[in-house]
Amino acid sequence: MTDSKELLLGEPERVFRRDESPVLRLNEEEANALVGDPEAFDDDHRMILNMGPSHPSTHGVLRLMLEMEGETILRSKPVIGYLHTGMEKTAEGLSYLQGATNVTRMDYAAPLFSELAFSLATEKLLGLEIPPRATWIRMLMCELNRVSSHLLFQATNGMDLGAVSMMIYGWREREEVLRFFEKVTGLRMNHNYIRPGGVAADLPEGWEEDVKNLLEIIPPRLEEYDVLQTGQPIFRERLQGVGVLNPAEALALSATGPILRSTGYAWDLRRHAPYLAYDQVDFDVVVGTYGDCFDRFAIRLNEIRESLKIIEQILDRMPDGDYRIQNKKVTPPPRARIDESMEALIHHFKIFTEGFHVPEGEAYVAVESPRGELGCYIVSDGGPNPYRMHIRGPSFVNLQTLPHLMEGGLIADGVAVISSVDPIMGEVDR
Amino acid sequence: MTEEETVEETEDLIQEYSGPTSYGVPVTESHGQTVLHLMPHELLETVTLLKEEGFCMAIDVTAVDYLTHPGRKDLPDCIKPERFEVVISLINHSQGTRIRLRVQAGTDDPTVPSLFDLFPGTEAMEREVWDLFGVKFDGHPDHSRILLPDSWEGHPLRKDHDVGQIPVQFSSEVGRL
Repeated sequence: MTDSKELLLGEPERVFRRDESPVLRLNEEEANALVGDPEAFDDDHRMILNMGPSHPSTHGVLRLMLEMEGETILRSKPVIGYLHTGMEKTAEGLSYLQGATNVTRMDYAAPLFSELAFSLATEKLLGLEIPPRATWIRMLMCELNRVSSHLLFQATNGMDLGAVSMMIYGWREREEVLRFFEKVTGLRMNHNYIRPGGVAADLPEGWEEDVKNLLEIIPPRLEEYDVLQTGQPIFRERLQGVGVLNPAEALALSATGPILRSTGYAWDLRRHAPYLAYDQVDFDVVVGTYGDCFDRFAIRLNEIRESLKIIEQILDRMPDGDYRIQNKKVTPPPRARIDESMEALIHHFKIFTEGFHVPEGEAYVAVESPRGELGCYIVSDGGPNPYRMHIRGPSFVNLQTLPHLMEGGLIADGVAVISSVDPIMGEVDR
Repeated sequence: MTEEETVEETEDLIQEYSGPTSYGVPVTESHGQTVLHLMPHELLETVTLLKEEGFCMAIDVTAVDYLTHPGRKDLPDCIKPERFEVVISLINHSQGTRIRLRVQAGTDDPTVPSLFDLFPGTEAMEREVWDLFGVKFDGHPDHSRILLPDSWEGHPLRKDHDVGQIPVQFSSEVGRL
């Protein structure tokens, strides 16, 4: 790495601190002792404050332990685990075919990405190559999901900052996308649509019109968001220069997705480590400049536009063919065959009771979810269930940037910072 | 067996090992991905080397409990399989390459050095591995549970920790019901 590049990256020393770190490394007992003790701090303005886990701006059940001086945040600690249901343990008891139903419940705002990572990892272990149409359907659905997830961010971010009407607008547009998902997968959320071997069903009749309709209605609404938010002096004042991170700090903290890109560091797995058919479509990687809350907001808004650009190309180039692999090992026989062939019935029964066996080995696959790198690590012992399934949740890791972003800021800015990190607690706690 | 004996034994094995190595440790390939196999005492040195090489981010830290596994066939001969394996993924942005480190962390008292001083982003991931697997990280700045309450007993992702046998615990309710 050249010197000029290092200069550009900035100094990461701030995040390496063990003493005087902005991370409040206290456990419950120690914090309680401080709260109950009037002599704990020399300074009268200093206190330990609890925020959450049920707070309108914590996006679910995130709890923050804050050390405050007046209204200024000195140190903080995200306390998580309120939604922990042991999904990685659950996965060990489910077959590979059932596995997608489990992972889809992690990041509930972008469920298709978890299904995709899980399916790609399973296919890697099986050594399968899926048909082109399945690949492009996956890409179409994932990009639409990125749009719906970022629309949800626009809604909640607006509300956290006091633009309450954004809450309604963002939700309204997201619902249009979810309506299409319901038509394709049968469900608005938790689709279980992307499965090892392809997708669950072909796109329904008339899907082109539905997608064209989405491409028509969303861009003018984004223009409205610009009027309501991007150009608003009050809105900008709340976000600009708040929660700043430099590229070196983001790299050291393993932050990915819009948080890393907001610092001006262009890293997007779709571009730099292409999976599916992202190397065949044209799109831009959106980056920020200052690494503040405003950059993170603007990146997500513009990523909607880039995703729409990709969807338009997919619409023109969707290949014909099978929507799932015709490999007897992982694909159940067509329903009509079961009535006439005993072998088909046995085959169907085997796949849905025992499941298919996956060769012994281990593999890690990563995809670019709306929140950053979503990885899936699977270890197989040759049986029909994963021996170990681990999801690398982007929100879980990104949450570590919170104390660094909030250090020295006001508590009202803390709300803007939490919102701009956009954590989905289902995936943080798993 | 003491730790020194284990180290000595591994070093003997490594001296006899003639397979491919990379960064001074045995390397294998798994589905097109590079995997390094190492012992806990080699971890910091290897990761420092990798970081200088351009591996700028520790993307993932997790662990696997191989208690009920029929036996790993993908380990090089010189690596003695242990029950717990810590799996670390690093990424090199300038070359777009990834590397995976499989650390044999031990069986009875699994311990590996913490990577905090090299990659502070591993702090939460290492806490998660401690919480769910009971693997200790030497030199971690906040060695505590992260997903489960502090009063929780056991490490649920261990293979000898069965599902469905633990009643739901509410620490504040103890003595009140």
